[in-house]
Amino acid sequence: MEVLKIATAGSVDDGKSTLIGRLLYDTKSLTTDKLEAIEKRSKKNGYDYLDFSLATDGLVAEREQGITIDVAHIYFSTKKKSYIIADTPGHVEYTRNMVTGASTSQAAIILIDARKGVIEQTNRHFFINNLLRVKEVVVAINKMDLVDFSEERYTEIKVDFEKLMAKRDYEDQKITFIPVSALKGDNVVNPSQNMTWYKGETLLEHLEGLDLAAVSNVGTPRFPVQYVIRPKTDEHHDFRGFAGKVYGGELSVGDEVVALPSQTRSRIKAIYFHDKKYQTASRRSSVTITLEDEINISRGDMLVKVGDLPTIDKQFTATISWMDSEHLIPGKKYIVQHGVNKVMAKVASINHKIHPDYSGIDEKAESLGMNDIAEVSFKLNKPIFYDQFKKHRTNGSFILIDTQSNGTVGAGFIN
Amino acid sequence: MKDTSHINALENEAVYIFREVAAQFERPVLLFSGGKDSITLVRLAQKAFWPAKIPFPLMHIDTGHNFPETIEFRDRLVEELGLELIVRNVQDSIDQGKVKEESGRYSSRNSLQTTTLLDAIEEFKFDACIGGARRDEEKARAKERIFSVRDDFGQWDERNQRPELFDMLNGQIELGQNVRIFPISNWTELDVWSYIKEENIEIPSIYFAHKRKVFLRDGLIWSHSDYVYQEEDEEVLERMVRFRTVGDMSCTAAVFSEASDIESVVAEIRDSTISERGARIDDKRSEAAMEKRKQQGYF
Repeated sequence: MEVLKIATAGSVDDGKSTLIGRLLYDTKSLTTDKLEAIEKRSKKNGYDYLDFSLATDGLVAEREQGITIDVAHIYFSTKKKSYIIADTPGHVEYTRNMVTGASTSQAAIILIDARKGVIEQTNRHFFINNLLRVKEVVVAINKMDLVDFSEERYTEIKVDFEKLMAKRDYEDQKITFIPVSALKGDNVVNPSQNMTWYKGETLLEHLEGLDLAAVSNVGTPRFPVQYVIRPKTDEHHDFRGFAGKVYGGELSVGDEVVALPSQTRSRIKAIYFHDKKYQTASRRSSVTITLEDEINISRGDMLVKVGDLPTIDKQFTATISWMDSEHLIPGKKYIVQHGVNKVMAKVASINHKIHPDYSGIDEKAESLGMNDIAEVSFKLNKPIFYDQFKKHRTNGSFILIDTQSNGTVGAGFIN
Repeated sequence: MKDTSHINALENEAVYIFREVAAQFERPVLLFSGGKDSITLVRLAQKAFWPAKIPFPLMHIDTGHNFPETIEFRDRLVEELGLELIVRNVQDSIDQGKVKEESGRYSSRNSLQTTTLLDAIEEFKFDACIGGARRDEEKARAKERIFSVRDDFGQWDERNQRPELFDMLNGQIELGQNVRIFPISNWTELDVWSYIKEENIEIPSIYFAHKRKVFLRDGLIWSHSDYVYQEEDEEVLERMVRFRTVGDMSCTAAVFSEASDIESVVAEIRDSTISERGARIDDKRSEAAMEKRKQQGYF
C-alpha cells in the first residue's frame, strides 16, 4: 500500500482540525473510545454538535485555548492508501511549523473560510507550499454551509486565488479547488447533497486518485553515506559496507560511481538490505552498498554516478526560512546540516528579505527574525556536494544549527 | 528492492533512523519492555547494521510486576541474538526511598518507572534512548518528534521542540541532555502487527488468546494477580483473553479474544473499533495523563 503525506494550512478558525476530524469520522477511522471522549468533551464545552477538532488537538493548552500549537501527525488508511496528515498551526507566528510540515509532504491542503475568502494568510500558505515545491495542492473552500452553499461565492474565491497563482515560481504545481463543509460533511468523503452544481471529486476521492510516482519529485541518484558497516567478524572479515538512503533515482550493481569529495571511481559490487542481495536499490530505500575497490569513504561522503556530478563548492546562495527568536546576522557562524553532512558556515550576506505574501522584497535587511524568509549567501569551511533545490528536493535543502543552543534555527533551499 | 509497499517505506525510514542514532551518538541504548513494539525495534536494528551486531545495549526498566511470559521471552531473545541487556529495577528506587509505592484500587508501578529510568540514564551516561512509542497511540505522542531532546531532568518541553525538516535529524546536545528516539513514530498499530506477521517475528504468548483468571472493573478486564489490587466483591472469572498492549500487569487490561495465531490477531486489529490504548489503565487517569507523564521524563 502507498503512503501519502499531506500538510494542511489554514488560518485560526478556518476549521482545519474539524476537516481532519471529519476525514477520520467519515472514513470510520475514529475508534469507539476516541469518539466517546470527543462526545464527552463536546458536551462539557456546551456544544450541540461533535467538535472533531478535539480528535487532533493533543496538548492541554490547545484544548483550553481551542487552538493548535504544534504540528500533530494523524494517521488513517483506506483500502487504497495510507495517509499521514501533518496538522500545522495557522498563526502568523508559526510559519516555521508550516515549512516543517510541507518539507515532508507530497501534497497540501490549503483551507479558505468561504465567508472571508482569500486573505493575507492565504497568500502566505500558498507562498510556502510553492517555495517548498509541494507538487499537489488542494484548495478546500470550507464553511460553504455558512454562505448558503453558493456557487457564486465559490467561483469568486476561485478567481481571487487564480490571481495569486499567476505570481508563483513553481509552475508545475497542480492546484485543485473543492467546496466543502467540514462541519456538515459536504464533499469531504461523501458528495454534497447541497452543492449539486459541483461536479468534481470529493476531497478523499481526489487524494485516493493521486499517482504517487508522479507526485514525488525525481532527480538523479545521490547516495549520502550515513554509516560505515565493518563487522570485523571471522565470517565477514573484509566486509566494508556503506549504509545510506538512495535519493532521486535508482542505483544498480555494476554502476560506475564516484565518491565525493575524493573523486575516486569505483563500481557497485553488491547492494544489500539486511542479509539479502538486490540488483537495484530504488529511491528512498535504506540499503548497504559495497564497492569493487577499497577506497576511503566515511560519513558525510557521497556516491554519485559517473558523469552526473552535483555542484562541489564552498559557497552558495539559498532561500532561508528563519525559525528562531535569536536573529540571524551577517558574519555569524552556524552549522549547516546538508543531509547527513555537517559543515561550519558563515553568513556572508543577507541579500534581500522576501515577503512571504507575494508583496515584494526588502532590499536592505540587517538581520532576520522569526518567520522571515530571505535570500542569504554563505561561505563554508569545506565544500559540500549539492544540487539546486528546484532540481533535487533532498540534495538541495539543508538545516541551520545554532552552535551554542544546538537548536534547529532555520531551513534553507539552495538557489 | 522493487517493493514499494507501505510497510517497506516505513521499514526503510526506521532503518535510516537507527543508522543516524549510531552515527550521531556516543552511548545509545534501546529501551526494551518485552512488548511487541520494542521487539519490532530489535528486528529493525538487526536489519540496519547487518552483518555487524547491533552496536548498542538493550535496557529494561523492570517494575517487578511484569507478566512472567514477557521476562522469559526477553531473556531468550537476548541470548539468541547475543545482545547486551541491562536491567534496572523499580524496587531498588522504592528501597532507596526515591519513590513511594502507590496504594489503593488503582495502584500501579507504571509511573514510578520514570525515576528508575532517569537514574539509569545518569548511571550509564546514555545520550540517546531509543523507544518504541508511536504517534498514533495517543494525542500527546502525536506531537512528538523522531529525535526528542530532553533536559538533564529528562523533561519534555512540548512548546519548545526542534523542527524536523525533510530527513534531517539534529542530534546535537549539551552534556547532560539526552535524546529520546522513536524510529517507528510513523507506524500504526496495524502496521506493527502486519510487520510481525510478514517477518515472522516471535512475540510473547500473552499476545495470543489464552485462558486466564481475570476480574472486571470499569468495563476493563483486569488480570487476577498478587500485583493487582482487587476488592473482595470483584469476582474471579476464567476467560479466553489476550493482550493488545503489554506493560506492567497493574496497568494493562486484557481483551476477550479467540485469536490464537498471528493471522487472526491481524484480522482482529483490522476490524477493531477500540483503540489500542483503550486498554491502558494508566491513560484512563485523565485526558492529559500521557502529556503529564512525558513532561516528567516518561518516554
